[in-house]
Amino acid sequence: MTRSASTPRAAHSPSIVLNGERRELTTSSALDLVAEVTGRQLHSDGTPADGGRLGIAVAVDGEVIRRGMWSDFTLSDGHTVDIVTAVQGG
Amino acid sequence: MTWTIDGVDMTSRLVMGTGGASSLSILDAALQASGTELTTVAMRRFDAQSRDSVFKLLDRLGIRILPNTAGCYTARDAVLTAQLAREALETNWLKLEVIADEDTLLPDPIELFTAAEELVLDGFTVFAYTNDDPALAKRLEDAGVAAVMPAGAPIGSGLGILNPHNIETIVDRAEVPIILDAGVGTASDAALAMELGCTAVLLASAVTRAHDAHAMARAMSLAVKAGHLAAGAGRIPKRPLALASSPLDGMVGSR
Repeated sequence: MTRSASTPRAAHSPSIVLNGERRELTTSSALDLVAEVTGRQLHSDGTPADGGRLGIAVAVDGEVIRRGMWSDFTLSDGHTVDIVTAVQGG
Repeated sequence: MTWTIDGVDMTSRLVMGTGGASSLSILDAALQASGTELTTVAMRRFDAQSRDSVFKLLDRLGIRILPNTAGCYTARDAVLTAQLAREALETNWLKLEVIADEDTLLPDPIELFTAAEELVLDGFTVFAYTNDDPALAKRLEDAGVAAVMPAGAPIGSGLGILNPHNIETIVDRAEVPIILDAGVGTASDAALAMELGCTAVLLASAVTRAHDAHAMARAMSLAVKAGHLAAGAGRIPKRPLALASSPLDGMVGSR
């Protein structure tokens, strides 16, 4: 979708592409996004509050964001985010 | 007798894949029947169904996870997938798989080698899925991979070992473990791989897509053990004509 230069800035709400689908940017940190998507509570170091293993990795614009950095990583408009996990295969 | 990768001793010489099983409960039973200690998973985008995951199953069974880069066509994608797998699953071990096209699913040698070099430098313990090409196998070993995994036949084909001579040549020249990967259809294929001198066999479809996955998993487990025993037992040479096993002296009657 193209936007003419005269379109008011306010009409554009920040969005990201998460796992291939565009969605409104409602969380500020990568940590909050992972917690929301997985439905699990996380400590600030990215480990699950329930003590189990998370089995999740995050890439933003093709670069892996280490788990310990999720809380410091601020998502912004236009980011492409991939949240991946292990599935049956191979 | 154990085999060792990256300082880790393993007793089972059957490496399992988890692809192709129609349910997690069938996979669960098959993995247990196989006796495997090392099992592959693929990395994919998270969705709600991922929550009841194969990751949890392997964790519960105490089976070491070997993430793969299945589906990658380029070194670049394979390296990113590998880095994601390391982060998600907390392991440096990786089955490197870079395929050339979707009809054969055969490895792309150029992309595979490029990715292998990069991942070894980045500290991965690389299990390289490759063609049954002795020259490429040696190059991968020289690049520092931990194990070379030649295909017996295309993935999921069940055609067995199409070029046993090449597999034997790869084994004879290797100083890292050779794991026969892909193409196994039934127990005799797995036994043959071990008789040719392979350290282990990696298979998935042959078990997960068998009519009775549990029974086939057990068959594979026994076949790998039998083949390994036979390989070390010193088989008799093949000869063109018979060699009597009963004594010729003391025969009754005359010719």
